[in-house]
Amino acid sequence: MKPAGGPPGRLQAQSKRYGERLIKWLLASCAVLSVLTTTAIVISLIGPTIGFFEIVPADEFFFGIDWTPQFEPPSFGVLSVVAGTLNVTLWGMLFAIPIGLGSAIYLSEYATPRVRKTIKPALEVLAGIPTVAIGFFAVSFILPEIIVPLWPGEFLGGAEGKPFLALAAGLGIGLMVVPIIASISEDAMSAVPRGLHEGAYALGATKAKVAIRVIFPAALSGIVASIVLAISRAVGETMIVVLAAGSTPKFTLNPVESIQAMTSYIATTATGDISTGSVDYKSVFAVGTVLFVLTLIMNVVSIRLVRRFREVYE
Amino acid sequence: MTAGGTSAPRNRLAVAGARSTTEAMLRAQPRGDVIRNTIFAGLLLLSVAIALAGLLALLIQAFAKGSSALSLDLITNPPSTAFPEKAGYRPAIIGSLELIAGVLLFIVPVGIGAAIYLEEYADGSRWWNRLIEVNIQNLAAVPSIIYGILGLAFIVRGPLNLGFIVAAGSLTLALLVLPMVIIASREALRAVPDSIRQGSLALGATQWQTIRTQVLPASIPGIATGVILAVSRAIGETAPLLLVGATVFVTFDPTPFGTDGYSAMPVQIFNYALRPQEEFQALAAAGIIVMLVVLLAMNSFAIWLRNRYEQRW
Repeated sequence: MKPAGGPPGRLQAQSKRYGERLIKWLLASCAVLSVLTTTAIVISLIGPTIGFFEIVPADEFFFGIDWTPQFEPPSFGVLSVVAGTLNVTLWGMLFAIPIGLGSAIYLSEYATPRVRKTIKPALEVLAGIPTVAIGFFAVSFILPEIIVPLWPGEFLGGAEGKPFLALAAGLGIGLMVVPIIASISEDAMSAVPRGLHEGAYALGATKAKVAIRVIFPAALSGIVASIVLAISRAVGETMIVVLAAGSTPKFTLNPVESIQAMTSYIATTATGDISTGSVDYKSVFAVGTVLFVLTLIMNVVSIRLVRRFREVYE
Repeated sequence: MTAGGTSAPRNRLAVAGARSTTEAMLRAQPRGDVIRNTIFAGLLLLSVAIALAGLLALLIQAFAKGSSALSLDLITNPPSTAFPEKAGYRPAIIGSLELIAGVLLFIVPVGIGAAIYLEEYADGSRWWNRLIEVNIQNLAAVPSIIYGILGLAFIVRGPLNLGFIVAAGSLTLALLVLPMVIIASREALRAVPDSIRQGSLALGATQWQTIRTQVLPASIPGIATGVILAVSRAIGETAPLLLVGATVFVTFDPTPFGTDGYSAMPVQIFNYALRPQEEFQALAAAGIIVMLVVLLAMNSFAIWLRNRYEQRW
């Protein structure tokens, strides 16, 4: 037997434990895979996008308002499909922000624990419904049963007899993002310390005043984060706009028009049989880059805002 | 007569007087405040009601439209344009099952591995670990169609060059839901108290032994919940599959590596939904019912799992 070396009781592993190190590196490589995914996304977007700009001038792409790839000569004015996305997002948010925030305030300030226990899971169910189901609902129920009979804005054009409407997709998307706004905003409102409520009540404020003047401003960064995240989801949503908004690119914010969004252009153009080198193929990646950059900016903003309200109250 | 006898009614009188004065002062809210309060509460209730009504209408409409097509044919028959009354979802269901099997094979080891690294090994003050963390948060919010582009350019073609096969679809969906699994698993690992780790290390276990025998078993319910929720997201995801070759009309049973094309449940629903005829609309609605039932069952199971096995330390 080897004589014990070193001072007694030293806390050093007797072997090098190569297995432990190997495991650590294996686990680390799993985590690094996520960074590789982002890198792969960027690489796969950039290559064809550069190729696209060798064919189509950048000013036509960024400032043009005609998106007609199938015409001769084709025109690639991305503002047309960007406007389509904005159109749908705008109407979706006009629906989702009041409904989502109202639900959040109700859940955090008004609902009894028992009511909360039923409503929150219901909203979670709504959040888990596949968007293809919401798209089907938008085009086969919201459009004919809600928008057509109730449409008040005849001056913008009639809603009747049109198979696709930006507004139908907008309301579908609004329904999809209500749970996002409600749950993140409710978290932010619940994180406001009890002391602020009680201080306001002691000063004689009514419940509505506490909610609007105390809780709302205190939770503002979380609320804004939830809205920004919801907008980012709305901009990136594909199936609802493909099913309910149609595929006619139009530079308009009119809700009773059929439009084409960035995502629906990608989804309807890049299906299987498209040939790799064509301008159409490359245009998919150019639009994808615009979409990726737009949503990335919103996600970064939203993540920062969420972190801010966590820092203040936790 | 004792002193107490006279003071009791007097006390009562005083208390009643004080109470009515206080109430008079506090109750005298301006009428405007009362009205505004009621209107505000009413609006809040209305917004919750609209959200829930939307959910309810969606479910009811799917049942109303799809009930006529609900039969065993729906599951056992392939799609058909000639006989919509006999058409079904068989290849799509098989395709979806294969896709999900592939997704599970990928996300369980990789997602849990990444979570263990970030929670148990990574030094959060190092820039590269923070980069990984921010990166995962961002990936969780990247639009699903962008993953479709990634799948098309990187997995189907380009570096991996798998072609339009089920495995390529699996990999695309797996990358899409991986951030969800990592985030949920990290939360589950974080919920295990440090004293467990320290106790194990103090008894001479190595770090990996501690994780394998103490930390992981304790966090399995939370991790399983995250995996189930990720899979249910993958089942309903349509857009990326359109780009990586889930061709919408497949009448044979797809195989994992077959190059003849494949389909998936939501893609087939999408295809039926695009057709204006009543029969196909009914088929789409019936498919939605099937998918919603499966998803609801999975989500309820996840919630049950979380509540049943959640440990309170």
